Amino acid sequence: MTDTFRNRIDLEMTVNGEPIELTVPAARHLIDLLRTDLGLTGSHAGCEHGVCGACTVIVDGETVRGCLTLAAQLQGAEIWTVEGLTESGAIADLQKAFVERNALQCGFCTPGMLASAKVLIERDAVPSREGIREHMSGNYCRCTGYEAIVDAIETTLRGRAGGDAR
Amino acid sequence: MTIRFEDPNRPNSYIGRTVPRPNAGRLVKGRGRYVDDILLPRMVHVAFVRSPYAHARIAAIETSQAKSLSGVLAVFTGRDLAEVCTPWEGRLAHLEGMKTPPQHPLAVERACWVGEPVVAVVGRTRADAEEGAAMVEIEFEALPAVTDIRTALDPETPVIHEAFGDNLCFRKTNEKGEVDRIFAEAHTVVEESFKTARHTGVTLEPRVILADWSEAEGEMTVHVSNQAPHMLQVLLASHLGIPESGVRVICGDVGGSFGVKVHVYPDEVATAAIAKILGRPVKFSSDRLEAFTSDIHARDHEATGRIALDETGRILAFDVDDWTGIGPYSIYPRTSAVEGLQVTNLIGGPYEFDHYRCRTSVVFQNKGICAQYRAVGHPVAVAITEGLVDKAAAQMGLDPVEIRRRNLIRDDAYPRTTAAGLKLEALSHHKSLDALIEAMDYEALRSEQASLREKGVHRGIGIASFIELTNPSPFMYGIGGARISAQDGCTVRMDPDGSVVALTGVTEQGQGTEAITAQIVAEAVGVSPGMVRIVTGDTRVTPFGGGTWASRGAGIGGEAALQAGRAVRGQVLAVAAAMLQANAKDLDIRDGIVVDAGTGAERMPLAEIGRIVYFRGDTLPKGLPRELMQTRHFLTSDYPYAFTNGVQASYVEVDAETGFVKLLKHWCVEDCGRIINPLLVDEQIRGGIVQGLGAALFEEICYDEAGQLLNGTMADYLVPMSGEMPDMIIRHVETPTAESELGAKGAGEAGTAGAPAAVMNAINDAIRPLGGSVTHMPFTPERVLRAIGAIGK
Repeated sequence: MTDTFRNRIDLEMTVNGEPIELTVPAARHLIDLLRTDLGLTGSHAGCEHGVCGACTVIVDGETVRGCLTLAAQLQGAEIWTVEGLTESGAIADLQKAFVERNALQCGFCTPGMLASAKVLIERDAVPSREGIREHMSGNYCRCTGYEAIVDAIETTLRGRAGGDAR
Repeated sequence: MTIRFEDPNRPNSYIGRTVPRPNAGRLVKGRGRYVDDILLPRMVHVAFVRSPYAHARIAAIETSQAKSLSGVLAVFTGRDLAEVCTPWEGRLAHLEGMKTPPQHPLAVERACWVGEPVVAVVGRTRADAEEGAAMVEIEFEALPAVTDIRTALDPETPVIHEAFGDNLCFRKTNEKGEVDRIFAEAHTVVEESFKTARHTGVTLEPRVILADWSEAEGEMTVHVSNQAPHMLQVLLASHLGIPESGVRVICGDVGGSFGVKVHVYPDEVATAAIAKILGRPVKFSSDRLEAFTSDIHARDHEATGRIALDETGRILAFDVDDWTGIGPYSIYPRTSAVEGLQVTNLIGGPYEFDHYRCRTSVVFQNKGICAQYRAVGHPVAVAITEGLVDKAAAQMGLDPVEIRRRNLIRDDAYPRTTAAGLKLEALSHHKSLDALIEAMDYEALRSEQASLREKGVHRGIGIASFIELTNPSPFMYGIGGARISAQDGCTVRMDPDGSVVALTGVTEQGQGTEAITAQIVAEAVGVSPGMVRIVTGDTRVTPFGGGTWASRGAGIGGEAALQAGRAVRGQVLAVAAAMLQANAKDLDIRDGIVVDAGTGAERMPLAEIGRIVYFRGDTLPKGLPRELMQTRHFLTSDYPYAFTNGVQASYVEVDAETGFVKLLKHWCVEDCGRIINPLLVDEQIRGGIVQGLGAALFEEICYDEAGQLLNGTMADYLVPMSGEMPDMIIRHVETPTAESELGAKGAGEAGTAGAPAAVMNAINDAIRPLGGSVTHMPFTPERVLRAIGAIGK
């Protein structure tokens, strides 16, 4: 480990709506900050190089890979993880659809799936199934075969487009 | 009392219905508790130094630099751990002639594959441990590596384990009838070579273990991402010298398993051994590169096969020579011979014929260890079988559906024993094929294919029938001396308010064990599933069982749950009868209330029974049994296995310019016996199909000739992602097994068993007019282009 990575940095950020101040090693990745420093274990490390999407969280409104993002990049950032998205009710309809359609099995990919899907369901247009598949193609699921996930997202999109209550 | 399954309006009719999984609501909120989420006081982390050589002698190990780091607490070599942990050998006594050498948690004298753990470094944090691991210096003396399957037994090939004299782990020929004569005289003989690529499970959660030894209590507590907690309990106890009752294995949430997590891994045993030495909790969490190099691999098979038919297209014989490379050790305790053995059992499984020969040669290599992964051996056998059947059909001018109709075993021809020696209770190949044809509108699809072909669009339809081994008896492992339990148990307990807790020996990795167990117990006792809480994966409290493998959870664990729930119901009714001065036979329990069986009139809520039994037992007749907690165990005994059957179809489009294969749609008709939860069964099939599609098109662990792993990242090893996967139509035929009252067989592996063959046949159907065919998986664009001659061979 080089000395640079031994340096510690002071961070202020908002995580799930709560202001956070902490000091972390400069080498700390966002996923480790969430899991290790903040105890937010809902987000998972799967491949640690940005391919599987298990660590996907929302930073300043965009999905990012927690394993590719250094905490040092996030001074002042607003971060949402599955825990906060659950408590705020922002994706309650999506979560309900996932459960009803059995769009999760082991559940390890699910927090990342939900984060990726959140961005899609907040768009105005309802994409085709191919569009949903394309949007979700950065999130790996070994259990479901994806069809149930696509169905659950489609159901949520339709519900929102139809003005259904969440 | 029997359950009137045919009546969907019967009381408490939860078996057969789609009800939500009790654990899904927690997981979808990010409230899972996977092993890496668990933090214990005084916990330390272990990282492993792994062999960079496929085969090398360990000449010297220098650890002083690593030990000098402030965050490093201890460093262990193979010799250190050999003092506290005995080695193991993955052998089964009934596999005659099988060889495998002792394997240690850390390599002692030699490293035999790239990724074999050699030195363990314990640090305060994972980063500390990894930093220490980077400072360990090991002097390796490279030895020649054996990597090719077909030349592994040649005299000039180096021998990996000298004492054995050759690189043969196991060889078996399964033969019946007059194979040579039939092939010599047959009207049509078709031959082909096949390869299924070495691939791996790629569970999204890599393997992880947290072991904690309490010397004061003489107890080892192990949190581990595993499918078979009781198996691990007895094996850790055995190798670490602890009584079995002193080892508690807890498998909470498991982030995918698929067979990857049913084996004994050296790094996991090393972690437990280190915990015992240090007397504090030790966590090992595999990273993705470690997963690729040290998780089990599977399906590294090369085979040549031939099929003989008469002039009417009737199959007369199969003759297959299968070769498989399994790495340097046979896996413990299941062995790495079972995959090849399954190939010798399953070739031709759906068909009626009398003459059979299949030999498998299981050879050692200096690559990762191959072992049981979802649908063990099935995708290999189905690809060989269905590839040969389709090639024969094409040669004889028969439609792929027609040749199957002529040869699939008749639905009324059971029970029967196949030429390969499999005992089949009752299957439904023809009904399933009929359902498939209807679901896919086969004729319409053929016309669409024909009209598009005129426009230069190359689409293909591929069909694959299959059988799947489920509900194994002790004939699979126990008979060979392995301490792997084929029976399973369930304890059902009624709490005072009438709610129910069920503890089961089968485990949950997301397939829905908890949901189906709750449904079964709910129906058996007479309460709603919401009143049933399920406990899995803790050897301290659950009945001793086998866990979840070989699609046994529903069929074996489910039957134990049914019988245990029924026993509690009987006790409740006995108490109720005493309280109501009624005859227990005239009472029933419906939705948590004791009722008159005849009229349905409510007599007493379960909460009242609970109140009396637990708090006012003095008011009941002395001596009246009132154990509202009952355990039942179940073991299959009429048949060694409950075979299921099914048929899949794939519709693909091949781009003749790029070689890309687009999966347009996929169908599966499957007969897993009694269906407990239709939605969960469908999703098991879909998930299984996609693992098979990955095998067909993407997945291949690549080694070079020196045994170096070339694609140990998820950027280089391709897995199916949502963009490339098709929608899948699932249909069912239900032929319950008479072995149990529940009648359930397994459904976990059918999708994976048949999908690669269906895709292979579809691609070949598409490119046949262009000449050439593909039989070596995965069917990459390059292989497709070479097959059709668009690029050189």
